[in-house]
Parts: sequence; C-alpha cells; structure tokens
Amino acid sequence: MNNRLKVLRAERNWSQADLAERLEVSRQSVNAIETGKYDPSLPLAFKIAALFALPIEAIFSAD
Amino acid sequence: MAFNPAQKRYNKRVIGLSLLYAALLLPAVWLFKHHMVTGPLAWVVAILPALPIVAIFAAIGGYIVEETDEYQRMLLIRQTLYASGFMLAIITVWGFLESFDMVGHIPAYWASVLWFAGLGLGRCVNRFTEGNWS
Repeated sequence: MNNRLKVLRAERNWSQADLAERLEVSRQSVNAIETGKYDPSLPLAFKIAALFALPIEAIFSAD
Repeated sequence: MAFNPAQKRYNKRVIGLSLLYAALLLPAVWLFKHHMVTGPLAWVVAILPALPIVAIFAAIGGYIVEETDEYQRMLLIRQTLYASGFMLAIITVWGFLESFDMVGHIPAYWASVLWFAGLGLGRCVNRFTEGNWS
C-alpha cells in the first residue's frame, strides 16, 4: 500500500515526532508507515485521515 | 529511549519478578544442597523459583494486551513468534538426539532459557528488517 503521509506531514512542517504525538503512537510507528514497512489498521488509518481532514483514499492507495 | 506507560509497567513487572526469582532460587539451591527439605515441603521449595518465570510469561502477555501502539505490538508479537520457533526447533531436535542416546539429558527448564534467548534473536530480526530494536 502507498501513502502520502510524508508529503502531508511536510506540508504542515511537522516532524515524525510531532505527528506521532498527535496520533498517540511512537515515532517508529510513523516512520514504519511512511516508509511502507507497516500498513496501519483501519482505526489508525481513520485517525490519520481525521487528523489531516482528508478521506482515507486521499492518503492511502493500493499498490 | 522513552518508554510509553505500557512499556514502563512491563519493565517494572519483569524487574520485580526477576528479583523475586533470584530471591527464591538461591535459598532453594542452598536448602537442597544441605538436604534440609524433604517430602511435600521439598515440592513447594522446588516449584517456588519456577513461579516468577511463569509470571514473566504472563507479564509479556499482559504487555501485548496493554500496548496501545499497534506497530510496537506487532513487533513484540513477531519477537515472541521467533522465540517460540527457536525454542521448539532446538528442543525437538535435542529430544530426538536424546532419545537415540546421541546427547545427554537437559533439564526441561532449558525450554524457558531458549525461549528468552529466542526473544533476543527476534529483537535482532526486528532491528535488521525494520531498523527498530523495539
């Protein structure tokens, strides 16, 4: 699965740690999602979408 | 490295249980060495050091349940799968070798020792595949 998390985060000048704090996860989790090593669960994907005020499909897409 | 609340609770439990293990093992070894326990009391003294180890397994299970960071939880579960596979493979091979009188007998608690060693192996695998020691 691909995602635009890094771009969306950069647009807001947030570090991985900033985003992790807002999502209440570890910085390692944000890094793993951004680099495509880990696909988040549906609840976490919804949380990410809510944080960026975007639909899930605007952030995540199939390979 | 900062620990989240679930990791802090887990660390506290494991440290406490490790100290309890040492506190129970040393007197048990001493009592048996000096032939000071027999009968039902000997059973109790022999079993007591095993209980904190069993409780550490429960603490690991508790941490998996309490960890709210799903990625960290996935890494830990993967670590325990490596530990289980590592321990089962060695114990199984050793068991057959022992049955055919190729190697000597090892006490059953070595299964736990190997499982904990497997946790370390799983951690290394996480480090090299994910770039993460957690």
